[in-house]
Amino acid sequence: MAVTAKPKLDARSIRADFPIFEQQFHGKPLSFLDSAASAQKPRQVLDAMRAFYETSYANVHRGVYQLAERATEAYEGARQTICSFVNADSTREIIFTRQATEALNLVAYSWGLNNLGPGDVVVVTELEHHSNFVPWQYIAGRTGAELRLIRIDDAGELELDNLDELAAGGNIKVVAANYVSNSIGTVNPVERLSAWAHEHGAIMVVDAAQAAPHRPVDVQALDCDFLALSSHKLCGPTGVGALWGRRELLEKMEPFNLGGHMIRKVTLERTTWGELPYKFEAGTGPIAEAVGFAAAIDYIGRVGLEAIEEHEQTLVTNALERMIEIDGIVTYGPPPERRAGIISFNLDGIHPHDVAQILDLDGVAIRAGHHCCQPLMSRFNVAATNRASFYLYTVPEEIDRLVEGLHKVKRMLG
Amino acid sequence: MTEFDQLYREVILDHYKNPRGHGVMEHADAQAEGQNPFCGDEVSIYVSFGDDGDRIEDVKFSGRGCAISQAATSMLTEMVKGRSVVEIAELPKEELLEEIGIPLTPIRLKCAILGLGVLKVALHKAKGTPLPEEWAGLDELQLT
Ligand SMILES: Cc1ncc(COP(=O)(O)O)c(C=O)c1O
Repeated sequence: MAVTAKPKLDARSIRADFPIFEQQFHGKPLSFLDSAASAQKPRQVLDAMRAFYETSYANVHRGVYQLAERATEAYEGARQTICSFVNADSTREIIFTRQATEALNLVAYSWGLNNLGPGDVVVVTELEHHSNFVPWQYIAGRTGAELRLIRIDDAGELELDNLDELAAGGNIKVVAANYVSNSIGTVNPVERLSAWAHEHGAIMVVDAAQAAPHRPVDVQALDCDFLALSSHKLCGPTGVGALWGRRELLEKMEPFNLGGHMIRKVTLERTTWGELPYKFEAGTGPIAEAVGFAAAIDYIGRVGLEAIEEHEQTLVTNALERMIEIDGIVTYGPPPERRAGIISFNLDGIHPHDVAQILDLDGVAIRAGHHCCQPLMSRFNVAATNRASFYLYTVPEEIDRLVEGLHKVKRMLG
Repeated sequence: MTEFDQLYREVILDHYKNPRGHGVMEHADAQAEGQNPFCGDEVSIYVSFGDDGDRIEDVKFSGRGCAISQAATSMLTEMVKGRSVVEIAELPKEELLEEIGIPLTPIRLKCAILGLGVLKVALHKAKGTPLPEEWAGLDELQLT
């Protein structure tokens, strides 16, 4: 049998799956370079949710009738899809949340409140999104633990040479890091951080919100203890995300939200908790959203995460090459081979709002702001940056339009 | 007129490139700073009062911001000089927006009225005038 190379991704035909691109903005086709904030949705995901509502919708669990059974099957099927997607051992380790933020809060509260105290250290990186920074800062403050930072170098990569100094004089209990930085695209060496965390008897918490859409994520290979995902970043609907956690840890943790569905038995005197994963899923879950989440995973799975990663790598390499030719541009972040499809930059003396606004007039959508990474912004001594981000539907013309747009901004405001 | 010309009309570009009242005032009678939480922009406002203490003699501002926020704050300094503290503490934002005279989306509106909000906070701190009505829209803006 002939071995055929896996075909590369065809962004143009993928693009046809996304109805959003059928419109124009300011009279121009949409050049959507803001997938790092949230990805667009293919028809396959929208159809799956619609079909679910039209044929299989009811509240899940506890229902005796056939329709409830069908809904439950779809919901639990989605859990299985996520379980396989991250290569987890069991669906009991997959907890549905509202998004990555809630997953990270769940760990910070449920694990942190009971396991942290004075003398303990929580380590986060300077690259974190506020969602993996603020909960740890807050829980450390409440428990008397200390928050310490893994700093980054000028290229936006973690400084790992003096990790052990960071451990000095404290008892490291948590290491929390994102796998891919949403702000500058750095791909972090999570395996290495996991190994270091475990050497110190700490848990490793991975924010994979920005990694999972773009590269394979395998909790066994990463050897972490918790991992957070958001559906909306990988072409799924908003309102659903997931936490994967090691069963031994999840079993020992207190619940996060309390109410219906998460209990074993409720009496006037006390309540006992349900089994995993339900112990952490109080209230009616994001049922149709979970179905959409699974459809999105299937969709990007069919395209292939390796192909997506390669596609973005090509785009980012080309874009960077052309962007650094622009006079007065500063780009942030590591070289293309160690970054995801994200480029953060500033044009000398021109505020990101103005850059983004002028690009928008040409139908080019980029993000301008602090990207929920204010510690990182202060590291680079800026209030905000411009950020262009790419995904499986990004075509080279969009980069042409970005670069042309930037030249125009220079002419107008430079 | 193109959309660009509407938004970045000449007077805006002029105030942006040559901001009036830009700088720090050493011995200000009133002072405040504020941030726009959406973009992290910061503006500081300094005010000196006339001898009677009821009038705004001079206003300066410093900080970083986009063309809209810089131009709006620059226009604001011209607009309020010589007017009474009480009047400016209650200045409707529409008066400033009219002066700016460009179509603003909700997010850019926050850029445009940041300076006004901070000015009112400065007056509040020095004179106890009411906190700005814009506070509702800028409620994350920090009172520092
Ligand atoms: C790296 C990273 N972590 C966490 C989040 C938070 O995601 P969500 O808002 O879906 O919880 C984001 C989204 O911007 C992100 O990029």
